[in-house]
Amino acid sequence: MSRSPGRKQENHKISRELFVLTYGALVAQLCKDYEKDEDVNDCLDRMGYSIGVRLIDDFLARSAVKKCRSYSETADMIAQVAFKMYLGVTPSVSCNSATGNEFSLILDKNPLVDFVEELPAERASLCYCNLLCGVIRGALEMVHLAAEVSFLQDRLKGDAVTEIGITFLRKPEDKKHRR
Amino acid sequence: LIYQLDHYAPRADTEKTFSFPLDLVLRPHDERVVVAFGQRDGIRVGHAVLAINGAEVNGRFTADGKDVLEFLGNPANYPVSIRFGRHRLSSNEKLMLASMFHSLFAIGSQLSPEVGSSGIEMLETDTFKLHCFQTLTGIKFMVLADPRQTGIDALLRKIYEIYSDFALKNPFYSLEMPIRCELFDQNLKLALEVAEKAGPFGPGS
Repeated sequence: MSRSPGRKQENHKISRELFVLTYGALVAQLCKDYEKDEDVNDCLDRMGYSIGVRLIDDFLARSAVKKCRSYSETADMIAQVAFKMYLGVTPSVSCNSATGNEFSLILDKNPLVDFVEELPAERASLCYCNLLCGVIRGALEMVHLAAEVSFLQDRLKGDAVTEIGITFLRKPEDKKHRR
Repeated sequence: LIYQLDHYAPRADTEKTFSFPLDLVLRPHDERVVVAFGQRDGIRVGHAVLAINGAEVNGRFTADGKDVLEFLGNPANYPVSIRFGRHRLSSNEKLMLASMFHSLFAIGSQLSPEVGSSGIEMLETDTFKLHCFQTLTGIKFMVLADPRQTGIDALLRKIYEIYSDFALKNPFYSLEMPIRCELFDQNLKLALEVAEKAGPFGPGS
C-alpha cells in the first residue's frame, strides 16, 4: 500500500501482512456476527461498494487514463491497471459471451487469501473475497457503467482457479454524452 | 457546488472623498448599490459601494440603517468618503453561477461540431480565464485565474488528487455533500501557492 512517487508525503509502505490480516479479521468478525453465509457475502459486497465509489477517483487521478471506449477496454483496464496498482497482481481477462458484455478475470495469485487454506466446513458458500466484487461494482457505477460482479469460481471452494465474472448491464450507446 | 475557495490576492478598491453633487450615477442592483455611469479614477462601472465614511455598508443600507441612496442624495451629509470596489459573491450567488455553468457545460458538449466533445475546458475573457476539468465520474473542477497564469492544467490534476485523497478517503465525508475537511483546505491552499509561485503572480480562485 504505497503511494505513487512524486507525492508530497514521504513514501511509507504499510506491511502487506497487516492488510491481509486486517481483511481476515474483518471476515472472521462478520462470520461471528452473521450466521448465514449469504449475509456475510452481502455485507462484504456492500462494504466493497462503498470503497469502490471512492477508490475510482483515486484510481483515475493517479493513473490519468483516458475514457474506455468499449466494455473489453474497461475489463482490460481493471485487470491490467487497477488490480496491478492496488493489489500488485494482474489477472488475465477473457470474454465469456458473444454479445461482448460478459468478462472473466482469472486470478492465479490472490494476496487476500495468502494465509487461508480452505473454508471451514460450516462456511462452505462463503465468498471470502466478496469485498473485491463490491469494489469493482461501485467503481464501475461511478463511471456510469452498471455491472454485476461475482465470483464464478473460487480456489478456496475447491475449484481450479479463482474467477471473477463481470457482466455489464447496459448498452454503451449512452456512453457518448455527458461524461 | 460542493466546495469553493477564494484565493484572492488583495483586491483593489478605491476610497475617495466626494462633495455634493456626486458625479457618479449610482443605482440599486440585487442587494447592493452599484456604479452605473461615471467611471473615473479607478472606480469602474459595476463596482459596488463598500463603505461610507469608513463604516462598511450592509447591502443597500449604511452601518446605522439608513438607505444609502437617500443618504447620498442629501447635501447635508457631504463631504463624504465612499469606498468602491468589486463586491465578493455570496455563497448563494456562487451556487447559482455554478449551476448555470453546469448547464452551459452540458449544452456546450452537445453543440460541439466534433463528435464526443468533452465540454467546456476553458473560457477566456480580457480579465480572467476560467478553466474547467471534468472527471470521468462527473465531478467538475473549475479554476478562475489571471489570463497570464500558466500551469493550470497541472493544477487541476493536482486538485483532483487532493480531492480523491482528503475528501474521498475521509470516512466521515459523504459523497455529493459540501466538503468540510480541514486537510482538504490546507492541502488545496498549499497547491495554489505552489502554482502561483510557478507562474506569473496573479489573482486566482
